[in-house]
Amino acid sequence: MRDQKLWTWHIAAGAVILVLLGMHMTVMHLDRLVHFAGLNPAGGHPVDWANVVERGKSAAFMVTYVLLLGAALFHGLYGLRNILLELNPPGILKKAIGAVLLIAGLGLFAFGTWAAVAGHALARTF
Amino acid sequence: MLEPTRAFKNRLGLWGWLGGGRWGYERYLYTLHRLTGLGLLAYFLLHIVVTSSRAISPERWNSAMASVSGPLFTIGEYLVFVAFAFHAINGVRLAIIELGWGVGAPIEPVYPYRTSVDVQRPLAIVALLLAGVLVVLGGLSFFVLGQR
Repeated sequence: MRDQKLWTWHIAAGAVILVLLGMHMTVMHLDRLVHFAGLNPAGGHPVDWANVVERGKSAAFMVTYVLLLGAALFHGLYGLRNILLELNPPGILKKAIGAVLLIAGLGLFAFGTWAAVAGHALARTF
Repeated sequence: MLEPTRAFKNRLGLWGWLGGGRWGYERYLYTLHRLTGLGLLAYFLLHIVVTSSRAISPERWNSAMASVSGPLFTIGEYLVFVAFAFHAINGVRLAIIELGWGVGAPIEPVYPYRTSVDVQRPLAIVALLLAGVLVVLGGLSFFVLGQR
């Protein structure tokens, strides 16, 4: 039952990633073909500091960054857990895999959220 | 009471994992979905660390971006884009099938048996074509038009 719920969340997270990562990829890599107004305002390369600062000033950008971070970490690490559990490890290792991935996921989420919030605060000083 | 799952030996070795056997090419899409997923996860974990430099200073950001630039990284980034294009479109296909759409209505198992794989195959073909279009557009943007 628990895994059925987690699997449903896995698919839901995939849908969130599809939209947000799709936009991220378009802004970062297809910017010569599709131009989203306001997401690359300084012109030049999307990763130029001037563009990073302009995008970073937006609170909405920060929120979607954290949302994408959480969805992608859950989707990716739960997917990795499923692959590892299919190798049929003994019970204790199964629990250890779950615990390590959960701790790694929470740690990376905390770190990435800090980076998003601190990046937003820094961008607003420019 | 349910029997605990037994571990079976992978007698075929690597081919046992990667081979499609009699399942057809949806099985190769399954393998490719996993491989691209693992690749994207590895890239994503590094991406979190590298892009966090924007929270520190412009100098740290520029230095981080300089350390991941050059033709080798452009090719690497394109491969990430290709993996994303495939994983995303194939993921949509899998979600559609998971929800029971595109597999046809249940039928009586009457000889000659029909398989739902035949019903869902057009979906796989459309997914591959869409992923192919994205891969070409990405290649155009990465290598022909260049970035702004």
